[in-house]
Amino acid sequence: MARQLGAKVDGATVVAPRRRLRRIIATLVPHLLLALVAFLFLWPFYWMTTTGFKSIEEILSPNIIWFPGVWRWSNFGDVLNYPGFPFLRYMVNSFVYAGSVTIGTVLSCSFVGYGFARLRFPGRNILFAFTIATMMIPTVVTFIPTYVLFRYFHLLGTYAPLILPSFFGNAFFIFMLRQFFMGLPWELSEAAKVDGAGEFRIFWKIMLPLVRPALIVVAVFSFVWTWQEFFQPLIYLSDPDTYPLSLGLFAFQGERTTDWQLLMAAGTLTTLPLVVLFFAAQRYFLQGITMTGLKG
Amino acid sequence: MAVVQMPARRRHMSALRRREAIAGLLFVLPWIVGILAFTVYPILASLYFSFTDYNIVQPPRWTGFSNYTAIFTSDTDFITGVQNSAYYALISVPLGLVLSLVLALVLNLRVRGVGIYRSLFYLPSLAPPVASTIVFLMLLDPSHGVVNVFLTTLGLPAPAWFSDPSWTKPALILLSLWTSGTATIIFLAGLQEIPQSLIEAAMIDGAGRWQRFWKVILPLLSPVVLFNLVMGVIYSFQVFTQAYIVGHDTGDPVGSTLMYMTLIYRSAFKYFRMGYASALAVLLFVAIVTVTFVIFRVSRAWVFYEGEQHNA
Repeated sequence: MARQLGAKVDGATVVAPRRRLRRIIATLVPHLLLALVAFLFLWPFYWMTTTGFKSIEEILSPNIIWFPGVWRWSNFGDVLNYPGFPFLRYMVNSFVYAGSVTIGTVLSCSFVGYGFARLRFPGRNILFAFTIATMMIPTVVTFIPTYVLFRYFHLLGTYAPLILPSFFGNAFFIFMLRQFFMGLPWELSEAAKVDGAGEFRIFWKIMLPLVRPALIVVAVFSFVWTWQEFFQPLIYLSDPDTYPLSLGLFAFQGERTTDWQLLMAAGTLTTLPLVVLFFAAQRYFLQGITMTGLKG
Repeated sequence: MAVVQMPARRRHMSALRRREAIAGLLFVLPWIVGILAFTVYPILASLYFSFTDYNIVQPPRWTGFSNYTAIFTSDTDFITGVQNSAYYALISVPLGLVLSLVLALVLNLRVRGVGIYRSLFYLPSLAPPVASTIVFLMLLDPSHGVVNVFLTTLGLPAPAWFSDPSWTKPALILLSLWTSGTATIIFLAGLQEIPQSLIEAAMIDGAGRWQRFWKVILPLLSPVVLFNLVMGVIYSFQVFTQAYIVGHDTGDPVGSTLMYMTLIYRSAFKYFRMGYASALAVLLFVAIVTVTFVIFRVSRAWVFYEGEQHNA
């Protein structure tokens, strides 16, 4: 070890003038690399949005056309008024779908997470261990019987199978909220208990407001994931008027396979709400991803 | 006095405890119902259906192992589906891990604007898979796609991507790499948890950049690597949406995008062979559980938990 250290020090003194150059390279190279990757990552977005404004001649051109010559807002108008594909309706459906799932998830997971974190009841530890285990269960073994169940209740073709389960909790978010509730000081709930507040009141009036940031994390992620969902709507919905955007966009692609300007305008409309949400709630997104990764 | 009061207080306590227990059970009640209805029942029913002939209209009819025998002996698409999904998982997961780890390491060099890069890398994960797949169909269009226009300008060979059976899966893997931002953020958070003092200690001991990475940073990051690996495996084995949008339920072109999940979807919702689809699902479940178990088993050799260090 000592020899290694000595060699290192010798080397450093001999090549002293080259160190400045090396330092410049050391700061420049990461930036170049990051900028290149950022460019590659953003570029499909850029291409989607700008193609939404291009003419078909520009798209089929043998040269790379970076900007549309004329920004054709009419492409978006064409998509929104396309016969047989009510995109505004899809968007409303998506908002209702993702909004309802978000409400259901936030409500149920905060109740259940609180129960696990702050209340003692028989079987709590076993149930919690089971909850952790369900996080690893792939949906592939659950969706067929779930479909059969909803068929039995004559709920196929409605949004019930897509929304209802969210009101019964989600292992992942329950776990997350439990961690948050556990971190709150016990003196608070004990003081409230002394004042005669019931468990529900303590939860609703005192504890819930304190974990607001965590609730926002749960809300943004369930909204985004529901908005992106494709498989569930695909198996449960049949009437095109009830489609959310993801399914509507897929159907539209089946109709206009290579009319890229229309497809990209529709794709932009489908993606835009999530991008807006991301920039409005950026820190909750980053916080949420960080938590999930490290607590896992 | 104290002796007399004790039983009364204890009874009082237990009444409180009972009320707390009832409240607790009420709070978790939705979840108990949810687990029973959406996890326990479906798993058991999947297993049961897999031994039946069930077309969803008539009640399931017990047929023993015939679904499983049919899968292994007479379903040629089964092998195609297994091969395609395995190809996808075996390449996209390791590549995704390496890419996101490298990006996180570079971000962790404390360059300026880390926050901006982090957000930019995450953005692709926001695009709904339907939208991002259609975007890639356009970018990789064999004749007019901008990628091939660019490659031809440089005089490079331009593959037909989604039109050439041997290029569809590489194209789908490219699409999956595009959403490496989430894993990057998780890795970056893990890197930021590593105490600077440990890295400095290694530097004083004469460890170079390369040694510091292999001997200090990677071992401390290994639980995060394990997490991303397991999540990546579970997710990629079940890949469906992207492949379905490219190749629909036939896996065009020539079955090259026919993923295992597509087979299950097709059996269940196109042919309404719920029993057969359940058998396929059970097999995939067993495969995922086995692989996850093996990963966890093997991980004991390379995953390093800080708690162990203090005990040793």
